[in-house]
Amino acid sequence: MTPPITVALAGNPNAGKTTLFNALTGARQHVGNYPGVTVEKKEGFYVAPGGEQINIVDLPGTYSLTAYSVEEVVARDYLVQERPDVVVNIVDASNLERNLYLTTQFLELGVPMVVALNMMDVASDRGIAIHAERLAELLGVPVVPIVARSSKGTAELMAAVLALANQAPEWNPLHISYGEDLDRVLLSMERHIAAQAFLTHRYPARWLAVKYLENDSQIRERGAQENAAASAALDHWVQEASDHLQRTLETYPEAIIADHRYGYIKSILRQEVLSRKYDADRLYTSDRIDKVLTNRFLGPLIMLVVLLGLYKFTFSYSALPVAWLGGLFGLLREGIGALLPEGYLKSMLIAGVIDGVGGVLGFVPLIMFMFFGIAILEDSGYLARVAFMMDRVFRMFGLHGSSVMAYIVSGGIAGGCAVPGVMATRTLRSERERLATLLTVSFMNCGAKLPVLVLLTGAFFANNQAQVMFLLTLLAWAVALLVAKLYRVTILRGESTPFVMELPPYRLPTLRGLLIHTWERTWQYIKKAGTVILAISILLWAMMTFPGLPEVAHERIDAQRQELVASYPDEVVQEATEEGADITELSAPAADLLNRLDVLDRQEAERALEYSVAGRIGKALEGVSRFAGFDWRTNIALVGGFTAKEVVVSTLGTAYSLGKVNPEESVSLAQTLMGDPNWNPVMAFALIVFVMFYAPCSVTVVCIAREAGSWKWGLFAMGFNTIFAFGLATLVYQLGMALGLGG
Amino acid sequence: MPRMMLRQMKRGQSGVIAAVKVGGELGRRIRDMGLVPGTQITVQGRAPLYDPVALRVLDSTLTLRNNEADHIEVDVS
Repeated sequence: MTPPITVALAGNPNAGKTTLFNALTGARQHVGNYPGVTVEKKEGFYVAPGGEQINIVDLPGTYSLTAYSVEEVVARDYLVQERPDVVVNIVDASNLERNLYLTTQFLELGVPMVVALNMMDVASDRGIAIHAERLAELLGVPVVPIVARSSKGTAELMAAVLALANQAPEWNPLHISYGEDLDRVLLSMERHIAAQAFLTHRYPARWLAVKYLENDSQIRERGAQENAAASAALDHWVQEASDHLQRTLETYPEAIIADHRYGYIKSILRQEVLSRKYDADRLYTSDRIDKVLTNRFLGPLIMLVVLLGLYKFTFSYSALPVAWLGGLFGLLREGIGALLPEGYLKSMLIAGVIDGVGGVLGFVPLIMFMFFGIAILEDSGYLARVAFMMDRVFRMFGLHGSSVMAYIVSGGIAGGCAVPGVMATRTLRSERERLATLLTVSFMNCGAKLPVLVLLTGAFFANNQAQVMFLLTLLAWAVALLVAKLYRVTILRGESTPFVMELPPYRLPTLRGLLIHTWERTWQYIKKAGTVILAISILLWAMMTFPGLPEVAHERIDAQRQELVASYPDEVVQEATEEGADITELSAPAADLLNRLDVLDRQEAERALEYSVAGRIGKALEGVSRFAGFDWRTNIALVGGFTAKEVVVSTLGTAYSLGKVNPEESVSLAQTLMGDPNWNPVMAFALIVFVMFYAPCSVTVVCIAREAGSWKWGLFAMGFNTIFAFGLATLVYQLGMALGLGG
Repeated sequence: MPRMMLRQMKRGQSGVIAAVKVGGELGRRIRDMGLVPGTQITVQGRAPLYDPVALRVLDSTLTLRNNEADHIEVDVS
């Protein structure tokens, strides 16, 4: 058997590349990453009617093949290093001129290529007629009209691909004239490159010369490494040509090159390739929709409704499946509780494994719903409009209009979740803005922080709880945006990435596309986050469990228990210890005994927590945390909060000998805290501030590391946020106490 | 045909790009999207805060910020 054919799918964003990929491969695809970068690599295969298997690699969507964006470098490197048998260049027929700009660059590189002329239906709706055969003749490559959405023409396309692959064509670079000045320089450079055999094993000589003229950073770096002298000679020519152009025409070589590429395209289109029935300025349906949706007054209002809708959709409709999963894990917990004897194994399985895995899987419905909602906004084209409308505001903070989505999902409207929020930053195409966004979304008040905030505001600011909660939402926004700005003028300093962006025509998303989109992102989350978080969860369990209380301490508490039991008459003891006894139906002395035994249990739990590694850390930190008014009990709760912020409430419960406190019903804890001399409104507010802004929970940290492409950023978020939050909390506490607000 | 900066153009105004006076990443991005001398453009609208601006170029709609539009000169028709 001959080795399978490999086809690379390339084209502009919004040209229908993903739709074609899904139509060709169906469910036979998998998603990975290109080595070293966060760009997704999708692969799949297509089986031709003759039984041949064709591997298909989906290259990232690009407008060009420069070295400015990761996507473009990835696409280019793939082509020259992997040398796919055929490149399928998908081209939007309704926007042919712009799309052919990339096509021209593929021709200049010389890759064997088939052009898939997509969206022929949209083009003809717009009164644009394209003569595919004439285009094929002029470009010198096969051109196949298709409609990817309905799989029309895909069989013909793949037949053309097979036919071309079977000829095993050589790479055949196209030479475009770039005008007299540049052509002369190019010729000299080409000769020099050929004579030195400079990088020619990989790139065509003229293409290399053009890249030098375009001042392409990646190629020049590679060139300098390969042969510094030859590279310097090329640089010299480039410098001369640049100076000359600057003197005579006040322009850059790269501008001249782009002009001539477009000139080449225009000359092709003019040769009976394209004809229009209507005036080019005619308003399309999409433009009419935009008149309303991006209207100065209506636009922002509609956007607010849409974003609120997305939020409601994500968090309300996912509530049911989240509850089912919660119930399932509850059953598992009970099952293991009943089957296994008391001990470390049981405790680890329940508190470490089940709660850890449950924590990861608990987010799954949330993430699925969020990605489904975002996929609708993205595939329909609305997301680009949101970025368009919001850009002016977010740019002030060094961010991008698209950042708004991530903040909203993370809890910009209190109650979101930073995990899907971090993942939502994928829609941002500019690197620095994306990093600044994903490092700050965790400052928002997510659903897990709410129980903590409700507990503390309810206990200490009961009279105006609603106002305080609203204030906290504003505070979260202010801090997130200001810290983003801080990052953008320090560690993520740099020019804002050009906003130049396409507003794609509105399109009805296909269900198939939405489902594939949603599933693959969700699956990635489960796979990558699951393993790490399980480990972190077990580690935290161990920190809060080991070392266990020494025997002596156990014996002392046991002795107290026995003493207590002995002080009651036998029949009372019997009544209280009877299987299935309900405390409300017991006699007064028996209920009393049970309550007092319960107090002993809780004291034991408190001592055990105090004695554990987490407890020791909490105590050790007390010296520092005092500045913000936190005692060791609070410190332990905050350590526990790293698994998930709502754990702060239940751990505080244990630390205050209340046993496990249900985060949803924390009235008794609130009363305990109000009565405790350590606590006052100032300290409570300092704690609120700290909980809002300290290290993101472990799931979020893992996601940050994944999405930013390096653990460095995950650790940075933990360290920076904690120090920052502590500074802020200390400020609040010291200022508040100095002003005598502590009461 | 009077020549003016893209930033000064009003909604609904059309013209032909005369020059793109910027290099580097921004220049490249602008040209990649088809904004080269000789291209016909129409200002389609502006965002609620008057920035960015939306343009009809070739057969698509592009957006760019006002400070990016400052590099583009247009012969207005």
